[in-house]
Amino acid sequence: MANIISDETIDYVGILAKLELSDEEKEQAKKDMGSMLDYIDKLGELDTEGVEPMSHVFPVKNVFREDIVTNGDIREEILKNAPGEKDGMFVVPRTFE
Amino acid sequence: MAKQYETVIGLEVHVELATKTKIFCGCSTAFGGDPNTHTCPVCTGMPGSLPVLNKQVLEYAVAVGLATNCTITQYCKFDRKNYFYPDNPQNYQISQLYLPICRNGKVEIETEKGKKFVGIHEIHMEEDAGKLIHDEWDDVSLVDYNRSGVPLIEIVSEPDMRSAEEVIAYLEKLRMTIQYLGASDCKLQEGSMRADVNLSIREVGAKEFGTRTEMKNLNSFKAIARAIEGETERQIDLLESGEKVVQETRRWDDNKGESYAMRSKEDAQDYRYFPDPDLVPIVLDDAFLDEIRAKQPEFREEKMARYKEEFDIPEYDIEIITGSKHMADIFEATVALGSQPKKVSNWLMVETLRLLKEKNMDSEDIRFSPENLAKLIGLTDTKAINSSVAKEVFEVMFEQDIDPEKYVEEKGLKTVNDEGALRKTVEEVIANNPQSVEDYRNGKEKAIGFLVGQTMKAMKGKADPGMVNQLLKELL
Repeated sequence: MANIISDETIDYVGILAKLELSDEEKEQAKKDMGSMLDYIDKLGELDTEGVEPMSHVFPVKNVFREDIVTNGDIREEILKNAPGEKDGMFVVPRTFE
Repeated sequence: MAKQYETVIGLEVHVELATKTKIFCGCSTAFGGDPNTHTCPVCTGMPGSLPVLNKQVLEYAVAVGLATNCTITQYCKFDRKNYFYPDNPQNYQISQLYLPICRNGKVEIETEKGKKFVGIHEIHMEEDAGKLIHDEWDDVSLVDYNRSGVPLIEIVSEPDMRSAEEVIAYLEKLRMTIQYLGASDCKLQEGSMRADVNLSIREVGAKEFGTRTEMKNLNSFKAIARAIEGETERQIDLLESGEKVVQETRRWDDNKGESYAMRSKEDAQDYRYFPDPDLVPIVLDDAFLDEIRAKQPEFREEKMARYKEEFDIPEYDIEIITGSKHMADIFEATVALGSQPKKVSNWLMVETLRLLKEKNMDSEDIRFSPENLAKLIGLTDTKAINSSVAKEVFEVMFEQDIDPEKYVEEKGLKTVNDEGALRKTVEEVIANNPQSVEDYRNGKEKAIGFLVGQTMKAMKGKADPGMVNQLLKELL
């Protein structure tokens, strides 16, 4: 494997993704990530001279909606997806800025 | 000699667009709905839901970009800004990093020091987050996603401002431009316009910028001015005592007049932006831009110049009236109905401003119609009502937009023009107030004022004071 992922990197990625990894999982993740980067490097070997960067896989553009209210109150349905419900709101762990 | 410092300020201004629906779904953006009654799978970030761009958002963003001399990005797209916070149900905010809709603009501002340009680095479209409420009883937070997905544009300036005055002039300029476009009501207090201040200081003459901080939670022009002053001092104190300014986000507490750091350094911001695969690219042709350009309104400067040409009203009045698009619309529509410009301007400048101030309202909240204002002016022109009755009627009209003609008729407020009845009342007043009559006859001119007042009172205010005055003089 050409790409070696450091402990710091995997810890940092873990923090960003809000994942708690055991030592064993970390080792596995380092390997997986290394091989993914190897694959990306492989793609980098391709000659892309003169090829426009692609920003979407479908040849579709300009899909819009008109500014008209189409949705009604479906709070009851929506709250079924909530981890908890109180006073019509989603209940989440106490969060401060 | 003490070092001389210069303050360098750039602004990030978020503006909530005045669309009826959210940016990526057909949920209403109306204020005041019960929590989560304006939500759907898209704006609560449910798997499998598909966002579709509201065309009006694009049109407003382009209109603001053209009005601020930006280059419009004719091939543009959306990106995901990844972060975890419960007000953001997708765990990413849909925004624009790589190809923002507008770039390289500028607006001209004017302060006491003269005119200058403030550069606009970019304007991008993005979605607002939900609202977090901290539960008082349980150790939890509650989330209302009604605001989640409400369309915003973020206007990022260049670090071109050097004082609080320039910052406020710039914000006023943006607010006027956007209000005139009808793209937002831009109310700082209500959060439909939010400004984050990026500020650094450097020694006068230095070429490099100092380390900047970002200040949040500024919801009035006064708070912005105070925060700029406070942060400038804080940074100078740090440098003078040999310390360093730390690049961080700070929250301004306007009551205490100080700020504190919001996020710790360890909590690095790494948003890992990438193109949003759910949204297809936007390709804007010249015809589309021309269409938006053709719809641009007469902006404030042009309006002021035209008023100076067309109407014989003081420059100060013009400044105040054009300072609100809504007020200017009312002014023009009332004049178009045949009322004399000076009279319309007077009603706006005196009574309207007084009531707005008294009720702590904004010019954008004026509810009476030009038709009704024109009718009221008509009633005073024909002397059907006197000026104090007119003020009374105006107050009711200001509150409820009543038809003044009907109201005056129903309440019997018309001026009594029956000279016989008036003469009789004046005679009674003279008979009942011998002291004042005596005073007047002894040369105390002012005594007549009291007698006019007594007559008006007896007529329940429904007399023409000029006529009363004349009759009194005649009978005395």
